[in-house]
Amino acid sequence: MLQLASVTKVYPNGVHALERFSSEIQLGEIIAIIGGSGCGKSTLLRAIAGLDRASAGTVTLDGEAITAPHAKVGIIFQEPRLLPWLSVADNIGFGLSELPAAERRERVARALDRVGLADKAKVWPRELSGGQAQRVAIARALVAQPEVLLLDEPFSALDAFTRKDLQDHLLDLWADARPTLVLVTHDVEEAVVLADRVLVMRPHPGRLFEEITINLSRPRDRNAPLFEQFKRHVLTALDRSLDRTVPDTQGRREPGGGLWW
Amino acid sequence: MAMTVELQAPVAAAPQQNASPPRLARLTRPLLGLLLPLSLALAWELAVRAGWSNGRLVPPPSKVFTTIAELARSGELTRHIAATLSRVGIGFGLGVAAGTLLGGICGYWSFARRLVDPTIQALRAIPSIAWVPLFILWLGIFETSKVALIAVGVFFPVYLGLTGAILSVDRKIVEVGRVFRLSGPAMIRRILLPAVLPAYVVALRVGLGLGWMFVVAAEFMGASEGLGYLLIDGQQLGKPAQIVAAIVIFAIIGKATDWLLEIATAPLLRWQDSFARQSGAA
Ligand SMILES: Nc1ncnc2c1ncn2[C@@H]1O[C@H](COP(=O)(O)OP(=O)(O)OP(=O)(O)O)[C@@H](O)[C@H]1O
Ligand SMILES: [Mg+2]
Repeated sequence: MLQLASVTKVYPNGVHALERFSSEIQLGEIIAIIGGSGCGKSTLLRAIAGLDRASAGTVTLDGEAITAPHAKVGIIFQEPRLLPWLSVADNIGFGLSELPAAERRERVARALDRVGLADKAKVWPRELSGGQAQRVAIARALVAQPEVLLLDEPFSALDAFTRKDLQDHLLDLWADARPTLVLVTHDVEEAVVLADRVLVMRPHPGRLFEEITINLSRPRDRNAPLFEQFKRHVLTALDRSLDRTVPDTQGRREPGGGLWW
Repeated sequence: MAMTVELQAPVAAAPQQNASPPRLARLTRPLLGLLLPLSLALAWELAVRAGWSNGRLVPPPSKVFTTIAELARSGELTRHIAATLSRVGIGFGLGVAAGTLLGGICGYWSFARRLVDPTIQALRAIPSIAWVPLFILWLGIFETSKVALIAVGVFFPVYLGLTGAILSVDRKIVEVGRVFRLSGPAMIRRILLPAVLPAYVVALRVGLGLGWMFVVAAEFMGASEGLGYLLIDGQQLGKPAQIVAAIVIFAIIGKATDWLLEIATAPLLRWQDSFARQSGAA
């Protein structure tokens, strides 16, 4: 279980990016985090990944506090971030250097096969399309068999068709080992098609605004009336979260916020 | 060791099918570049032959070649080239070693950078030739002072290139290393080194170019052999053909060493999406 307890982040420049964010995420759950720009989604994800430490509060995975990158936690960024000097296969095997070569090769081959890029094993990253590169990034994260996989707008740089393709693909891959997925997105449809629960965040300071459980069975039909209904539900929550009157009155009532710096 | 394994490019698949058509172009393009100098040389040769110019101050190509051939036959040429090459070689080696060591430390460790870099930047502002008198006083008129001058010339571009390259390594890629929990040495070996390599190679080539520049200056300050000595000797004895011969040989050897450096480092940089490669395919 991934436990977020009052996670707070104040950047050195005084920006109050995250304010007492709490949530409990079960193993194998798919969580989508959605919210306006600058409401602290990436900040939250980086805290879970152990890349940046929270100013206050704790992130614990199976009772173990996360303060630095953790073997059981993988992350996929908005850009593929492949290492340009390694072939696709070596990129995927990058985190497996402690395994014996034979086993590493075998796992890399399986991962390549799984993301449908078996024929690209020896190709340089620059020779891949955006969608292929992001698939390699997914394979690189999954090959380490993480318990928790964090995704920060992983498909937002892709065209609509490729994005839909990769969403389905991600669900397929998830079904293999059922890791916990925490996915940041701007796309309401993406949230509803993937997530068990959608966490809507609100900016200034970033905090949890609303939590929507999507109890639709998988695979989900994007055209079903119920799907539409959930989409609208998330959309209205998102609209309310961005309502300017909310953060403004909040800001005025919290003079202490200015005292942080 | 792991790095060398990873850097070994997958040979089989990487070259694309369209790699063969540019081969012809790769051969003809240098020839195109030779067209202008060759026709100028030919025109000059004809002008002298036709008597439009006596060619005393600017010797015709044939005279330059005769000079080179004579020097070669007497064994003089080999002696001068060997002297110059060994000076450049040793100076370049020392400059690269110092520049790499200091550049690496200052690029990686910000405390060292704050401590050392301002001094190095201040020293850089001094035109390197200004060191010559001091080097001669300190190190004598012979080899040591010459090599020191070349090493100084090579040091700065290597140092600057390396610190700059380390500082501009993409933070996003370093983060990938952090996510996979690389230790400090592993981070250097598996992320920083390969990321810095292209810029480092460029710095080496700039350094080598400066090494060739400075060897001339070094050999002007009282050498008894070397290509720079041939220049001075040609000037003092009024032998313009010898001067031009030395210049031509400088150009050829300088270009050849640069080319060797390029060839030697090319396998390490095959992953690069370079402009040259793109225009080569076009
Ligand atoms: N390294 C940093 N230093 C200072 N402030 C930061 C830093 N990173 C983010 N911030 C600030 O923290 C707030 C939250 O940023 P964050 O990147 O978490 O937002 P986000 O929800 O991911 O936004 P987006 O949807 O645009 O990616 C923003 O106001 C941002 O300006
Ligand atoms: Mg973000």
